[in-house]
Amino acid sequence: MNTSETAVTTEAAHDDHDHPSDAKYIQIALLLGIITAAEVATYFVDIGVALIPVLMIMMVVKFFYVASWFMHLRFDSPLFTKFFVAGLILATAVYLVFLTVFEFWSKG
Amino acid sequence: MSEAATTEHPTNTGISHNKLAMWVFLGSECLLFGALISTYLLYRNEFHTGPAPGDIFDIPFTSVSSFVLLMSSLTMVLALSALKRGDIRNNRLWLLTTALLGALFIGGQVYEFTSFVREGLGFTTSPFSSAFFTLTGFHGIHVSLGIVMLMSLLISSLRGNLKEKNSETVEIVGLYWHFVDVVWIFIFTVIYLVPNPTS
Repeated sequence: MNTSETAVTTEAAHDDHDHPSDAKYIQIALLLGIITAAEVATYFVDIGVALIPVLMIMMVVKFFYVASWFMHLRFDSPLFTKFFVAGLILATAVYLVFLTVFEFWSKG
Repeated sequence: MSEAATTEHPTNTGISHNKLAMWVFLGSECLLFGALISTYLLYRNEFHTGPAPGDIFDIPFTSVSSFVLLMSSLTMVLALSALKRGDIRNNRLWLLTTALLGALFIGGQVYEFTSFVREGLGFTTSPFSSAFFTLTGFHGIHVSLGIVMLMSLLISSLRGNLKEKNSETVEIVGLYWHFVDVVWIFIFTVIYLVPNPTS
């Protein structure tokens, strides 16, 4: 099997995955809407020291659902995920160092 | 299986290089928005005599804008799904809806910016205001470019040039649109919802 045939076979294998139905997309959007409502509720209801961790968790969950379902990362080639996550990890690492150098964590 | 689903990519990776290029671009965009968000975090307490973030942000209004942008991700994915089924009519409908929701978000941002300026928060009022307008302005420019891309797809479809076999083009524009939504998920939480300083 030559390179071209291998490539076509690999692509066909990726495309064979069934993408979600419209009903599933609507279900995901409803979940995202509920999480957003919960996020906004934290502005009106005092939850004390749990506020920032709770907000961060909800933000990450929303990010995960949009990236994996709407951007099809869970159905596509893992190579796409690797490139995107590489950028994400690099950015997170660089700017955590940046914020630390400028004493953000102690000064706020 | 649809024609779009059997599109072959005779590349050495076996995947579409156009799609890969978009993912690499989006990975690099993480660094751009990371820089803008970090800069905002460093300067959010530097409001001097101008309005402070906690005094000026209108959380209920921004929450509605955020919800509008989030729902535009749903309509975008429905547009792609329709095209993959060969349903051109619904593809056009969802593309137009996505562009309109994006325009509604931008309208909300223009309203927010003008009301801030009326309340004394200009671009050069303080380091906080410069960082805030730069971050949210850059995001707004990204949304606006996305609207241009969506309208181009719609015009292409109306001219009969957007068929099932071109679904990857819609998918790539969709990736950009969802990324813009993901960035706003971060901005909304970190900039607006995390408790802000008041004067």
